[in-house]
Amino acid sequence: MLAYLFKRLISALLVALTVSAITFSMTFLTGDPAITLGGETATQEDLATIREFYGYDKPIPVQFFNWLGNAVQGDLGHSHYLNQPVATEIFTRLPTTMTLGFCALLFALVLAIPLGVVAAIRPNSLLDRIALGVAVVGQAMPSFWFALTMMLWFSINWGILPVSGTDTWAHFVMPSIALGYYITPGVMRLTRAGMLEVLQSDYIRTARAKGVSRFSLLFKHALRNAIIPVVSLAAVQFGFMLGGSIVIETIFAINGLGFLAWESIQRADLPMMQAIVLILSLFYIMLTYFADAMNAWLDPRIRVA
Amino acid sequence: MKSVKTSVLFALFAMTALPAIADKSDDTLNWATDKEVAVVDPYFSVTRELIVMGQMGWDGLVLYNNETREFDPLLATSWKWDGNTAVEFKLREGVVFHDGSAFTADDVIYTVDFLVNEANGVPAKSIYNWMKKATKIDDLTVRIELNAPTATAFNYLSNEIMIMPEGHYDKASEGADGKKDFTTVTPNGTGPYKVSESKPGDFVKWEINDAYFEGGAKGTPQIGNVNFRTIAESNTQLAELLTGGLDWAWDVPQEQAIRLDESGKVTVTNEKTMRISYIAFDIDGSSNTDAFTNKLVRQAMAHAINREAIATELVGPASVVIHSACHPDQFGCTEDVTQYEYDPQKAKALLAEAGYPDGFEFDFYGYRQREFSEAVIGDLAAVGIRANLNWMQYRALLAEVHAGKTPINHMTWGSGSIPDVAAITSHFFKGGPDDPANDPLTAAAIERGDTSVDPAEREVAYAEALGIISEELYWLPMFTYTKYYAFSNDLNFVPTPDEIPRFYSASWK
Repeated sequence: MLAYLFKRLISALLVALTVSAITFSMTFLTGDPAITLGGETATQEDLATIREFYGYDKPIPVQFFNWLGNAVQGDLGHSHYLNQPVATEIFTRLPTTMTLGFCALLFALVLAIPLGVVAAIRPNSLLDRIALGVAVVGQAMPSFWFALTMMLWFSINWGILPVSGTDTWAHFVMPSIALGYYITPGVMRLTRAGMLEVLQSDYIRTARAKGVSRFSLLFKHALRNAIIPVVSLAAVQFGFMLGGSIVIETIFAINGLGFLAWESIQRADLPMMQAIVLILSLFYIMLTYFADAMNAWLDPRIRVA
Repeated sequence: MKSVKTSVLFALFAMTALPAIADKSDDTLNWATDKEVAVVDPYFSVTRELIVMGQMGWDGLVLYNNETREFDPLLATSWKWDGNTAVEFKLREGVVFHDGSAFTADDVIYTVDFLVNEANGVPAKSIYNWMKKATKIDDLTVRIELNAPTATAFNYLSNEIMIMPEGHYDKASEGADGKKDFTTVTPNGTGPYKVSESKPGDFVKWEINDAYFEGGAKGTPQIGNVNFRTIAESNTQLAELLTGGLDWAWDVPQEQAIRLDESGKVTVTNEKTMRISYIAFDIDGSSNTDAFTNKLVRQAMAHAINREAIATELVGPASVVIHSACHPDQFGCTEDVTQYEYDPQKAKALLAEAGYPDGFEFDFYGYRQREFSEAVIGDLAAVGIRANLNWMQYRALLAEVHAGKTPINHMTWGSGSIPDVAAITSHFFKGGPDDPANDPLTAAAIERGDTSVDPAEREVAYAEALGIISEELYWLPMFTYTKYYAFSNDLNFVPTPDEIPRFYSASWK
């Protein structure tokens, strides 16, 4: 088990390094960041000063390894635009994104798990198809379209929810639904598959024979076992939602990490972009690693695969 | 992606009725743009938002009047040139900063000294590097000396050079690198509004400066509070506007602006801006496409493109076709140059004369408003010129342009909102990487205009340069850009072509 975890850890670190290197080189593919920083009317002299000041006049590999060296020592750099240490800015905004991610995940689980259970009770029935349909619509709809549609009805037409911002809990309702709805199909189908398998097992038949109530059978005996793979999936999806919040945070003017990433790309704030990608990829990798470890613990066959 | 989203919201608006907007009861004007404001300082935040807020919190010595096209007194009450490299200002008496300290010549000197001291690292050098020094004549008289004659000096004094109180940046705390971090200083100006609260990257709240002086070019502010926040998505801005969360927004996409205007729930207006569209040719053939070295081909291009249709149908009602390498509102700009009317038959004839009876194929580069470039390509195709569109990020395209790799680049230029041809013609046709022609005759004429402070002399010099540029077709000037504004029906607001909204002049109806 330890050897497996060590192997996965090395693999995870290599993924993080690769993601960083690719991001770093891709940002330079879109042109000279000094032009964005200096603005349209910057003179050649201004641009040369900016390049020298930020070190953009050095070869890209040198810049990358300088950045990596500092990052390993905990120094993620200084934002060109916000004029703040990158780490300070990221950790100021991270709680907002975490709150959004948590609310979205909660919404997804509250919707998808009962749907999965309902679908498993009557497999291939109309109820099953409806449950599947509700979940799949979430994945099929572009999140920006869904977000704007909600905004139109709930804010503009009915005036029951605020349009944008993060002032109250009500501000998180629409963004959480827009973000969480997208992952419901995966959770719902995994719940359904797990429940179908568990409901046919011997201990459930025994429980049923003992006269256990239907509710207790489904939610106390069956769901508890069927939900284990869902938990690991949810962990991974939480990482996805932190990264995937870019569109939702931009639409709902939520001052979180996703919005910061979008703005940093727009203004070529390289240190900020690099750090956000690193943090988000580390989150994702960490959650994937956690899920792998949990699966390996549950199923010894994975450890030797 | 953006146009898809825009179309989606347009379709959604079409399906439903629009409700009434909120009122003016809290005496707070809420406005938003898509940019974050990190630092409330006009020198250490190089953004349009800080140019706007700079005029709210601070004052310059003069203020450009968009109607008279003259400079009005602001912190200075009068001025007098001494040759073309020095100007003496009489300063306004009785002006106080937000912290209560009195404004004097020492504050002007401090501001100039701070800017020109390279060690302070004020980023946008071009706005101040024309100044040499400022000297005190008396408490209310100051003399500013220039490094060289600078045609745009007063434009910078109006829009960019905001006067800070003496010792302002001395209060800066030290950053992690041990250097002074000038962005940490609390904003303090003489302007009609003062900062009441701000959160970097989120919002800036301004309250009226009750002690603001009377008789200046900005008048007396009317609205009690003016709050800024960042909303990146234009659809969200409009939703906030319709639900009363915002009172003012700009850069509204055209199709949404038309729909909003029809609803009557907000006031929508299309106004000209200082930005123009132009097509630059590869005059010297450095891109390995020889066609545009031939003037007949450039003329054929000019006759082939229906600029009028693009301006009126795609850009907005306030857009106009331009024939000169400048914005018609800029000082020194003249439309009395060679003009090329839309005439596809003439374009075909010119192509045949140039040796391209069947047209030719080339790479067309653009970066802004793809639909405008596609309309150009459609017009060119109609006369047999086949353009392959290369769509790039501005910063990537500019590098290609500077390397001379683009046969044609369809670009735009905003002149930094400066209403003077020195901010555009001088930038592009006096040599350097942006100059497509490097024509010594053009450059010499521009230099004469740039180094004179006599308006008549300048106009003559620029007219000569602009005449050559149009006759030789180094550029094909296209049209002026416009901007759609949407604001509360309760608001009296007048947009200006320099894209600096005067919130201090706005009032409630």
